[in-house]
Amino acid sequence: MFGIGINQSVLSPAGVQASSIHALWVLMLSVCTVVFVAVLTALLIAVLRGNHRRSDQPSASPAERTLTKYVGVAVGLTVVTLIALLVASVWAGRSVASLRAESALSIDVAGHQWWWEIQYEDAVASRRVMSANEIHIPTNRPVVLKVTSRDVIHSFWVPNLQGKRDLIPGYTTALWLQASRSGVFRGQCAEFCGMQHAHMAFDVVAESEEEFTRWLDAMRQPGRDPPDATARKGRDVFMQTRCAVCHTIRGSDAAGQTAPDLTHIASRRTLGAGSLPNTPDNLANWIRDPQRVKPGNQMPPNLLADDDLHALVAYLETLR
Amino acid sequence: MTERDELLNGRRLEQTWAEPKGVYGWLTHVDHKSIGRRYLVTAFVFFSLGGVLAALMRLQLSRPDNTILGPDLYNQVFTTHGTTMMFLFAVPVMQGLGIYFVPLMVGARSIAFPRLVAFSYWMLLFGGIFLYVSFLVGAGPDVGWFSYPPLAESLYTPSKRADVWAQLITFTEVGSLAVAVSLITTTLKLRAPGMTLNRIPIFVWAQVVTSFMVLFAMPAVMLASTALILDRLVGTHFFDVEHAGDALLWQHLFWFFGHPEVYIIFIPATGIVSTIITTFSQRRMFGYLAVVLSLVSTAFMGFGLWVHHMFATGLPQLGESFFTAASIIIAIPTGMQVFCWIATMWSGRLSLRVPMLWILGFFTIFIAGGLTGVMLAAVPLNTQVHDTFFVVAHFHYVLIGGAVFPLFAAFYYWYPKITGRPLSERLGAWVFGLFFVGFNLTFFPMHILGLHGMPRRVYTYPAAMDWGTLNLLATAGAALMACAVVIFVSDAIRALASEVAAAPNPWNAGTLEWATSSPPPNSNFPRPPTVAGREPIWENPLDQPVVVGLRDDARDVLVTHVLDAEPDHRLLFPDPSIWPFLTAIAATVLFIWSIFTPWGVVYGAVPVFVTMVGWFWPKSPNEGGTPLWPFAHRTLPRPHEAPAAGGAI
Repeated sequence: MFGIGINQSVLSPAGVQASSIHALWVLMLSVCTVVFVAVLTALLIAVLRGNHRRSDQPSASPAERTLTKYVGVAVGLTVVTLIALLVASVWAGRSVASLRAESALSIDVAGHQWWWEIQYEDAVASRRVMSANEIHIPTNRPVVLKVTSRDVIHSFWVPNLQGKRDLIPGYTTALWLQASRSGVFRGQCAEFCGMQHAHMAFDVVAESEEEFTRWLDAMRQPGRDPPDATARKGRDVFMQTRCAVCHTIRGSDAAGQTAPDLTHIASRRTLGAGSLPNTPDNLANWIRDPQRVKPGNQMPPNLLADDDLHALVAYLETLR
Repeated sequence: MTERDELLNGRRLEQTWAEPKGVYGWLTHVDHKSIGRRYLVTAFVFFSLGGVLAALMRLQLSRPDNTILGPDLYNQVFTTHGTTMMFLFAVPVMQGLGIYFVPLMVGARSIAFPRLVAFSYWMLLFGGIFLYVSFLVGAGPDVGWFSYPPLAESLYTPSKRADVWAQLITFTEVGSLAVAVSLITTTLKLRAPGMTLNRIPIFVWAQVVTSFMVLFAMPAVMLASTALILDRLVGTHFFDVEHAGDALLWQHLFWFFGHPEVYIIFIPATGIVSTIITTFSQRRMFGYLAVVLSLVSTAFMGFGLWVHHMFATGLPQLGESFFTAASIIIAIPTGMQVFCWIATMWSGRLSLRVPMLWILGFFTIFIAGGLTGVMLAAVPLNTQVHDTFFVVAHFHYVLIGGAVFPLFAAFYYWYPKITGRPLSERLGAWVFGLFFVGFNLTFFPMHILGLHGMPRRVYTYPAAMDWGTLNLLATAGAALMACAVVIFVSDAIRALASEVAAAPNPWNAGTLEWATSSPPPNSNFPRPPTVAGREPIWENPLDQPVVVGLRDDARDVLVTHVLDAEPDHRLLFPDPSIWPFLTAIAATVLFIWSIFTPWGVVYGAVPVFVTMVGWFWPKSPNEGGTPLWPFAHRTLPRPHEAPAAGGAI
């Protein structure tokens, strides 16, 4: 249980923020366990004493004054403990929120029903990168996510890196995080957002600065031209059916704005916001009937001839 | 008075306070015991329905990628489960206990405003039926019991589902506000002579404090749900971002109600705990004043921590720290109560009967839930576990541990009083054991699931997440809890049919509901008691006087002063009436009509007006009404002339 496989856990922090929250968790858990045991022990003694007094030879009850003293001490200890925890909480809060750095990488994240729109900002418009459902970040460098929503409220949560932040339409807020080791960390929408709330996941890929730069440069390229006849046919299918109405492939005529950018679809790890691993078979099935895997999502079923579908998948697979 | 006269008067008194028979008569009841029983039974039925929905969710989540319920049905099921448990079970069941026991505990013959209480019951019943009929025809609400816009706005939920939720709120809140007013008035004005403020039973204090919370909390959610209906029906844009509305406004209004709501459910439960611990320890409650003050301060503080439901929205850090502090500090009064309970048992002569088993279960589970509550108050930790199964675990520990366990204790404790038949001790231990084990099996693993990343309100999860084993365990636990409830219900039905009669005071308790027969007679107390101490049955001297001078051929009650409960005046209470029922039907038509067209409010108001006129239409003695007291209104001595509490009146 919870072994290898997928990273989506509060208990194995891989970032600065998640680590300080984890430290607070360990403190809270220890203190609360001690309190729990202490109170239940007192309860047990009370039950034994009270129950014994009912038996043949009742022992004298403790004086009310003595009891008052005990209760007073217990309340005093409660107050002290709670204040200590309050201080610890505020302290951890400061270290989680106060990551302000000039060198920060800035990424825009917008929630949609039910996928994530990702945009890497750049002063030069043509160098901006649009993507979906997968965020790459360099390790050991502060990242600021500017999050908002295009429809209903969602919540952005990668437990290994940072606590969650709600994506609220009309508000844009900044969420700071910094990965301290490389790896793929899964995240998932945490605010109920309708029918497919369960299928609104994403991956955060933390990698070295060089790998990240290489990835970002690749992302900046427009979608490549089809290398062979099948792919060319696939592109025609894409442009001539309704795909292009909603999806964008930069460098082509497809510029739809309501669905995920597909310029580099083949490089992504999953389909349908974490619904399926991104393999050619899954892609074909997804295109044919997205409603089977993710009922209620905005993409309609597509009745394509088999060779059209095959060509379309072949084309999309070239978009690395 | 001869013995024969007394017997005749006693019969006449019983007839005066009797409720009509037959189906029509049943619809006209205003007796608080009758209405209280209906509240308890109805709330328990909704508890069972909510439980069935919970079982469906557990089935769906028992293994990864399960397809028993699709997303559409699952979302309706979890929304209806939460809505049922909060609005149709938890609040009404506590109010039902209050309706039944507050008048008895303060030694009164009736609850204040009995027709209003009858009306509240019908609103609760009709609201509940409305929700479940909607659910059965596929229009069950599916946007969560918190119904956040913009998801709940017509753009994203074009069907009537969100309206059903919002209007159910109106139904239940009208009912709970009316009951709150009645309980407050009963406690402040109808107490037995001698029951000064510092002799009011803690259960009654808890009910009064809760009722005041209802008065301040419920309007916030009614405002919010009305604004939502307006947005959906006539396009007012309160929460519509595109048109200068604000999505966060809803959350502030909703949680300004939603957090106090938790205490509205929990505070009456602490009243039950204090009552039962006192009885089974056979001593006065230790720290009465401290406990009452902690109830009051909890109620005040309960209004100051709604933002801890919104820590993930990205509010400024300083503001969040304030609400962290408030959320942590509220643990102090509750902790004080826990210590007072332990001290009471410590120094008492404790007997571990079935109600006490449930109280010990309450301690174990509630304290665990309280401690995870302290964790959740810390903003950084909250942003990690908020909206995950950790929170699901936390609030079930607090609400089932903090309210349902005391409630089962109350059922076992008061069942003989209400029905005149005791429940089985042996089966009771089994019910407790199964429920306790089942509960922990169901909800403890959810803490771990939440920490390992499982969000709330997901209808399924991929096998690769490794959440399957713990979810299966939780489902198994839910099956045990269901068994416990089935055994409880069968035992309750068996007891009703049995011949074994309960004694008037089987537990040797000290409060006034045990100073009359089981079940109590129509008039509650043939001779209304006066009170010389906090636990009147234990502390009243043998020659404690009773209240005399109330007519036995009219529904006379004695009204007393707020602080010292000195006799003030006699008041004639209303007879049974069909009008509360008719008014409730008219209001139901208005509420349901108005989710389809705004004109429903306009035309629907006419029958409501007509039925209310009927309700308040005075009846002169010629028309069968009871004559008022033949003398001047104020026939009792003025307070400063009155003899000391308990003296002859």
